[in-house]
Order: sequence, then structure tokens, then C-alpha cells
Amino acid sequence: MSTVKTKARGSHLFLPLSVLAILIVINLIKGADYFSMTIINGALYGNVPNILFGASELVILAIGMTLVTASSRGQDISVGVAAAITSAVFVQVLQGAGDITWWTIAASFLASCAAGMLIGAFNGSLVAVFKVQPMVATLILFTAGRSIAFMIDGKLSPVLANDLTSQLGGVIPGVPIQTPIILTVVFIALFAALLKTTNLRLYAESVGINEKAARLNGIDPTRIKFLTYMILGVCSAVAGFIAVTKAGRHDSVNLLKFVEMDAILAVAIGGNALSGGKFSVTGSIIGAYTIEVLSRTLLRLEIGTETIKAFKAVFIIILMVVASPVVREYASKALRRVRAGADDCAVAEADTAASGPDAPAKMEV
Amino acid sequence: MKKLLKISMLCALVLLMLTPAAFAVGDKETATSSLIKVGIVNLPPEESGYRQANVEDMNKVFSAANGYDAKQTNTGDNSEQIAAAQGYIRDGVDYLLISAANASGWDNVLKSAKSAGVTVFLFDRLIQTDASNFQAALVSDMATEGNTAVNWLLAQKLPEYKVILIRGQLGSAAEQGRSAAVLKARDSGKLTIVADGTGGDSWSLEEARKVVEAAITSGKDFNVIYAENDGMAQGAVQALDAAGITHGKGGKVKVIGFDFNRFALRNVQAGYWDCNIQCSPRQAAEISRWIKAKAAGTALPTGIVFQKEIFVDTASITDDIIANLGLNADPGKGVITK
Repeated sequence: MSTVKTKARGSHLFLPLSVLAILIVINLIKGADYFSMTIINGALYGNVPNILFGASELVILAIGMTLVTASSRGQDISVGVAAAITSAVFVQVLQGAGDITWWTIAASFLASCAAGMLIGAFNGSLVAVFKVQPMVATLILFTAGRSIAFMIDGKLSPVLANDLTSQLGGVIPGVPIQTPIILTVVFIALFAALLKTTNLRLYAESVGINEKAARLNGIDPTRIKFLTYMILGVCSAVAGFIAVTKAGRHDSVNLLKFVEMDAILAVAIGGNALSGGKFSVTGSIIGAYTIEVLSRTLLRLEIGTETIKAFKAVFIIILMVVASPVVREYASKALRRVRAGADDCAVAEADTAASGPDAPAKMEV
Repeated sequence: MKKLLKISMLCALVLLMLTPAAFAVGDKETATSSLIKVGIVNLPPEESGYRQANVEDMNKVFSAANGYDAKQTNTGDNSEQIAAAQGYIRDGVDYLLISAANASGWDNVLKSAKSAGVTVFLFDRLIQTDASNFQAALVSDMATEGNTAVNWLLAQKLPEYKVILIRGQLGSAAEQGRSAAVLKARDSGKLTIVADGTGGDSWSLEEARKVVEAAITSGKDFNVIYAENDGMAQGAVQALDAAGITHGKGGKVKVIGFDFNRFALRNVQAGYWDCNIQCSPRQAAEISRWIKAKAAGTALPTGIVFQKEIFVDTASITDDIIANLGLNADPGKGVITK
């Protein structure tokens, strides 16, 4: 059983990893120095740190989005807006605290996490208690949220110009890696620990696969869904924190604008079914980095500004079609036929090998 | 019992909603006699820092103290804007001021304003319609803004100009006007464009940063950042800082931004950036001047009128400019927004 499980998970990761590999090969063809790194101002600099730095918010949001997708069989389209609100809270609390020290920053960050949980509770209660479709429920904040952030900001975009927060959004002296990258790694580690030490994965998956069966087994679907939205709220707060320290000022209009679409896309590229159930956080993380690499690859290839979006869309369409169950099934059948033709003795073996790609498709249902 | 409670709550809610309306009507009837009636159709302040300053400026200038009875509608929905404009025409305003969400679909409203004898001014944004349908339009001249920036750049007498162009939302008036100047200078051989990118529809800081990072990591040599708004200039400078490339006064790369955000002006003042070009949201004073001059017997201007806008560099910037002409929050003197 355990081997089947790892095989299924492994083939989930096959698609995002192979896409990432293709993109890296394209980049290497364009210039062999793609992976080269230098130390500038005491921090590593190069394409790889740039990618890790640029994708940090998206990775964190994709993690939360994966969990929400798994349990509620829908997506939260208000994550970017939620991040704008929580970071507005962060900035206001920090500026209200007077002195900016590591302690006041930590306290303001906790306040923004509380705001994130509040937003999560709002969305979560609409979805879990009132059974509103997730996309419709979160549409409310998606529409109105930036106005709320604008009001919290006091109708101006406050500036966060001080050494400590710019170190958080950039480099802490003596640390050779940009701080947002470290924060992202810490967040991923904490989240992995959460999944390892609790039954959250099992509960979220079972609620997503069959709510009634989960209830019969003593799992309260309402509570689990609510919880996943709360966790996503915290993810939004962390992402907003990173985004606002990077930017150095709070721009309620443009902060993490349209990031929700990329977060959902990351979940999909990661091999997760958007209809809930079994999920792979690793896949989503790779998906998020893939999106970042893709947009940077298009810039590196110097594709015209007018056509860059179209290129991105075409690439994603190809990706999604290749990943679709129909094409996968066809491919595995073709593979089987080829192998059967080549060697009759290997038929049995090919069958078991082909069951790999098939298995996740069944699980997604 | 529960039903009764619900009904009574509903009634209370309806009453609550009606009261301000009733009060508003009462106010209007007592105070209209000698005031000039103005209806303003504008975009919502949360659209941008620019719009926030614009809305505030309208409220400040068209106040009862200045002799106006003005009402402002703020919405980003074109059909709601049109409905609001029709409402103002029915109310019998003297002047109708419009900053349209969408450049088309306004012909009928403008015609009915004309037949009702309402004078229409457009501000900030133009409408695709016959010039006879409105009195005058007061807008920023994006092409001149671009030319101002390029002229400043060419006056720096750099040995060569290798420019990274970071455009705003493709096709927007600001992007077209501001890009045109650079493209023209390139075509006449005065500068070369090393990288041509965009911050996308949200004029995104992050996207701008990526454009510059891509140029740096592919080993391109450049000495000018031409970013079509302040946020994108900020993102571009973050990329320079991370790569250890000097910029600003005495630095290798000249940084040009647009819009006059106060944080950007402070950066120019500190020599962190080099140049910033104004895009003024304050049209109200000029329009008010027109209206007052009309009352004194001068004819109203016609057609498209461009606002006078300035630019600053590290030498010409002053605290007065930052205080009076800047947008958004002021980080304070000497504070650099990285």
C-alpha cells in the first residue's frame, strides 16, 4: 500500500517538475550562466535567489490555497485583497506603536495575523456554515476589500521607511540570503510540521472527498472547512507582511494585485484537483516557483511587451492540456501498446508501470 | 412574534436609509439661492493616490465657502456614472464636471446636458465624442510629460544613453504619451533602448523589478531607468540596490519617475533618484477660475486645455513643491523610501 501511495504522489510531482525542468533548459540554452551566483553587498545574487525572492508571497498563498481547495472544493479569490488588508493593519499598528523595534514589528505582525484570521473566519463561516460557494463567498471581499484597506490606510499610502523593515524586505547584515527567502523557508517548515504532527491532512482530504462519509466517521466538515479558511487567512497575513516590507510602503490599490489567480494556477500546476480531495502541498510550491520562473523566462527571452501575456497564456494552456486526464490516459495507453509490441514478455510489467499515472486521475474524482 | 420583530426591524432599516436623503433635500432647498450649482461625476478615491488627491481637491475648491453648491458622485462604473450625470442634469445644475470611467457611451448624456443648458467640463480624462458636446476639457498632457523627461535626460550630456524603458498599462493614455517621447528619441538615434518591459495593468512594482533583474542577470549594460510611474521606479531601484549598481546623484544609473508622489520627491531630494515629472490631479482650481471669470464676463475656454505641469531634479526640488504639489503620505525630510 505504501509503495502505491508514494508512486501516486510521485507522479503528481512529475508534471510540475518536468515543466520546471523544461523552463530551466530553455534558460540554459539562452545563457549557460543561468545558475551563476555572486555575492553582492553580503548577499547571494543571481537568477536563483531572484526567483526565490520574487515568488515568496505566491508560494505562501499557494500553500494555504491548496488546503482550502482540498477541504471546500473551491477557491478563495480574496487572498490578495486579504493580504492588502492585513498589511494595512500591520503598518497602522507599527506606526501607532511609535518606536520601531524588532518587538513592535513582531507585535504588529501578530496583529496582522489576527486580522488575517478574522478575514478567514468571515470567509470560512460563509463557506462552511452558510454553504455559500467559495468563489461567491470570497467575491465579497475581492470586490470590497481594497476599499477597506484604503480606509485603514487613512486614505493615503503610508511609507514604511526604516532600517528594520527594509532589512526584512531585503537583507539583514551578516546573513547571506535575502530575508523573504528565509521567511518563506521557515513558513514552509512550520507548515510541514503542522501537517506531520496533526491529522489536518487526513481530515481536510476526507471532507473534500466525501463530506457525508467524513461526518459519519466523526469528522465535523464545518469545523474543518472553517479551520482551513482560518489557516489561509494567516497565510495571507504572512504574504502581506512580506509584500509590504519588500515594497517599503503600503499601496492598498496595487499590493499583490491579481495574485489570487496565480495562487490558484500554482495549485493546479502542482497536480492538485481544483475539485478538492487529495492534495500535494509540495506540488503547489513547485507550481508557484514554476509560475515565477515562467514569467522571468519570458522576460529573459525578451519577448515583446505586447505579446508577453499571450505567450504566458499559451504556455499554460499547453501545460493544462498535457496534464488533463484525457491526454494522460491516452499517453499511458499508447505507451502500453508500444511496449506490448516491443516485448510480449514485458506486458505484465508495463501494466503495473502504467497504473502509476492512472492512479492520481482516479483519486482526483 | 419572530415575524413581527423581523418586519419592524426591516421598517427601522428603511426609515434609517430614508432619513439622510430627507435631510439632504431639506438642506438643498434652504441654501441654493445664490450659490453656483455644480455636479461632479468622478472615479472613486480608492482607485489610486492620484484620484484621492483629485477627489479631495474637488471637494475643497467647490465648497460652499467658495460660492458653490456642489455634489460629487464617485464610482468606477460607467453606467452608474452616466446615471449620476443624468440625475444632475434633472436637478438643474449650472455646471457638470465629468471624469469618465470609460471613454465611450456618453453621447446621449452630453447632448441632453446641452439641450438643458448645462455647461459640461471634462477633467483628467477625455471622452470620445464630438468636441461640440462639451465646453472644455482640462487634462494632463502625457506627451509633454514624456518630452519633458526625455529633454531633461538629454540635457544631462551623458556620453551615451542606454535606457531601460518600463511602461505602464499598455494602451493607457499615460503609457502611450510617456513612451512616445522615448521611442521618438530612439528613432532619431539619441538613445538606445536596452530593455523594453512593462509593469502590467497594475503598474506593478514587482513586475518592474523583474524587468530590471532580467536585464541585469543577462549582463546588459544600461545607465537610465525610465519608469512611467513612481511605484515602478521604486521597484526598478530595488533591483539596482540588490545588484549593487549605483544610481541617483553621482551614481551610474539615472532614475526617472512620474506622478509626484511625495515619497518619490523625497527620494529625488535625497539624491537617491534623479528626476520626477508631475502629473497633476488638481484641476479644480483652474475650472473654478473659468467659472468665476465667466460670471465676470470673460468667455469660457473651448476644446482640450492642457494643465501646466512641472518636473524636478535633485537641483530644483524644494520642500514647498513636495508639500504643495506632491501626492500621498510624506515620509519626511531626508527619509529614503527604498
